[in-house]
Amino acid sequence: MFSLDIIPLDESIIPLSEWISDGIDWLVLNFRDFFQLIKLPVELTLHGITQGLTALPFYIPILLITLIAWKASGKRLALFTLLSFIAIACLGLWEATMTTLAMVIASVVFCGVIGIPLGVLAGRSPLFEAVMRPCLDAMQTTPAFVYLVPIVMLFSIGNTAGVLATIIFALPPIIRLTCLGIRQVHPELIEAAQAFGASELQVLFQVQLPLALPTILAGLNQTIMMALSMVVIAALIGAGGLGSPVVLGLNTLDTGQAAVGGLAIVLLAVILDRITQSIAKK
Amino acid sequence: MVLQKEKVVVKNLYKIFGQKSDRAFKLLEQNFSKDEIFQKTGLTVGVKDASFTVYEGEIFVIMGLSGSGKSTLVRLLNRLIEPSAGSVIVDGKDVSAMPHNELVKFRLKNMSMVFQSFALMPHLSVLENTAFGLKLAGIPEDQRNQRAQEALEQVGLNGWEHASPEQLSGGMQQRVGLARALAVDPDIMLMDEAFSALDPLIRAEMQDELLTLQEQHKRTIIFISHDLDEAIRIGDRIAIMQHGEVVQVGTSDEILRSPANDYVKSFFKGVDPTNILLASDIVRNNHPTLIITKGGNIRTAQEYLSNSDRDYCYLLNAEKRLLGVVSTESLRDAAEEHSPSAALAHAYLQDVATVNLDDALTEIQPIVASSPCPVPVFNEKQQFKGVISKSRFLRILHKPEQIINQVHEA
Repeated sequence: MFSLDIIPLDESIIPLSEWISDGIDWLVLNFRDFFQLIKLPVELTLHGITQGLTALPFYIPILLITLIAWKASGKRLALFTLLSFIAIACLGLWEATMTTLAMVIASVVFCGVIGIPLGVLAGRSPLFEAVMRPCLDAMQTTPAFVYLVPIVMLFSIGNTAGVLATIIFALPPIIRLTCLGIRQVHPELIEAAQAFGASELQVLFQVQLPLALPTILAGLNQTIMMALSMVVIAALIGAGGLGSPVVLGLNTLDTGQAAVGGLAIVLLAVILDRITQSIAKK
Repeated sequence: MVLQKEKVVVKNLYKIFGQKSDRAFKLLEQNFSKDEIFQKTGLTVGVKDASFTVYEGEIFVIMGLSGSGKSTLVRLLNRLIEPSAGSVIVDGKDVSAMPHNELVKFRLKNMSMVFQSFALMPHLSVLENTAFGLKLAGIPEDQRNQRAQEALEQVGLNGWEHASPEQLSGGMQQRVGLARALAVDPDIMLMDEAFSALDPLIRAEMQDELLTLQEQHKRTIIFISHDLDEAIRIGDRIAIMQHGEVVQVGTSDEILRSPANDYVKSFFKGVDPTNILLASDIVRNNHPTLIITKGGNIRTAQEYLSNSDRDYCYLLNAEKRLLGVVSTESLRDAAEEHSPSAALAHAYLQDVATVNLDDALTEIQPIVASSPCPVPVFNEKQQFKGVISKSRFLRILHKPEQIINQVHEA
C-alpha cells in the first residue's frame, strides 16, 4: 500500500519561513535607503504634530479639543472632554496622551491620503477592487505581531515605526467604506450627470464623492478607532505614548499602572469617536 | 405637412448587450429572433436595426412595452449606452463617431435629459439641481442661478429654490427635473418615461405643461413612453418598438389607420377613440339636403322631408354653403304662422352649431351632445360635407374598433 509517510507533519519540507526571513534580510540590505525615504514624510508629520501638541501649555490643547467637541456635538460632549483631559492630566499621563494623540492623528492623516484615493479607484473599477480585496483581508487578519518584526528591521524602532505599523492596521476600513460609498451612489444619478455633459472628474467630485461622504466619514471613524487600539501594540516596538504604561504594567505585573494607561486610552477613544460621529452626521 | 429640417437621423442602429457581440450579428443576419439568440449565445439584443428621423421642433414619442428596447434606444442617442453598430446623426454630425471629449461637449450644449426616477441630486438644493448642467458648463454662479431661477419659474416652482428635493412631492420633483433640462436651453430634450412615475392627474398636468412650454419655445423632444394615451396626447409623431425593433413610425392617426402588425393594433385596443378620430372619420351624408338657388318655399321642403324618413333637412346654396336647417316641426310651425308658400327662411332653426372636418371627437363631443339636430360638418372652404348625429357618436364610443375598421376599409 502506498504510504503517505513521506509527509512528516511535524517538520516543514517547504522552508517558507526561511525564504521570508532571507527575503527581508535582502530587502534590508539593499533597500534600506528606500524605506528610510518612505519613513521621512511620516516622521516629519508626526514630529510636527507632536511638537504642536506638547510645546503649548497643557490648557491650550485641552481648550481647543473641548471647543471642537462643543462645535461638533454640544455642551455634554464638551464637558465630558474637558473633565476627561483634566483627569488624564491629574493621572500624570498628559505627555503620553499627547504623544498618542499625535500618533493617531498622523496615522489617520496618512490613512486618509492613501486610503480615500484607493477606495475611489476600487469603487470605480471592479478589477481594481478584486485585486485590492485579498490585500485588505490580509492586512486586517494578519496578527500585528507578524509584521512588527520586519517593520523594526526596515524602519527601526520608535514612534515613527509605530505610526507605520498603525497605518497598515488602520488603513482597510477607510478603503472599504470609501469604495462602498462610491458604489452606493445611485447609477441613475451618475447617468444624469453624464447626460448633462459631466466629465469623469466632474462625476467624481460633484456627484460620487459628495454622496459618498457620510460613508467615507464612517470609514474614517473606524480608522481612528483602529489606530487607537494599535497604540498599545506599537509600544512593543518602542513607540511611546499611552501604550508604554500598559506594556510596562504587563511586563512587571503592575495591574494598576496598566489599568491607568488603559483608562486614558478609553477616554481618548470615546472623545474621538463621539466627535467624528457627530461630524459625520452633519 | 410643411417640409421640416431633419434634426436627428438614426440609421441602422444596433445594441447588443454582452461579450463578443459579433456572434449576435451573424445570427441576426440569419433571421434568428431575439429569444433564440439569447438562448444560443447569452447575448441580449437591445435594439435591432432602428432607423428613423426626428424633425426639428417636433415631439417624437418612442413607444413600446417594457423590454421593447425604448429606454436603451434613447440612451444610444446621447451614448449613455454605446451603440454596437449604426449611427446617430444630429445636425449633420455623427454622434456615434465622436471622441469622448467631444461627446461630453455635445451633451453639455445640445442635449438634456429628463429621467423617470427624476434623478435629482439629494445633496443639492432645488436651485443647485436646476443649475447643475450650467455648473458643469462652467457658467459663473450668479449667471447660472439667474437662468436656473428662470427655468424654475417656467415650471411654476418659484419660492422653492432653497428646498431640498426630498421635501418635494413627486410631481414637483419632476418639475425640477424638467427645469434642470430647460435651464441649459438645449435644442434636443430626451425624456425617458418622464411622467410615468407620476399619478394620472399630475401626469396629465405635466403633459399640458410640456405642450405649453413647447408652444412658447419649439424644441425637438424625444419622449419615451409606454402609455399610448400619453403618446397620442403629446406626440407629433410616434415610433412603435417591439422586441428591440422599430416596427412603425407615423402620426397617431396614420398608425391607427394602418397598423403595421397585430402588436401595434393591440396597443390601440383600449384607447379612447375620441382622442384620435376626427369628425371626418365619422361624418355621414345620410340626411336630406336641398340646394336652393332661388328662394324656395316651405311646402316644397315639407314634401321633400316627408319623402325621406328624416326629421331634419339641410339647406345649401350653390356653393354648398349652409343657409339653414329646418325640421318637420319648424316647417309646420312656420306654415301655420305664415303660409305654406312663405319663404323657407321663416322655418330656419335658431343657433345651429357646426363643426369642421378636422375637429377631434373630443372637441365636438359637447357640441353634438347639446345640439337638437345632427351637427352639420364643413370642410375648410365652409362647404357642407354631411352630419354627425348623436346616435352615430354614441355608437363610436361604444364600439370604437368597428368604426376604426370601417375607417381602415375606407
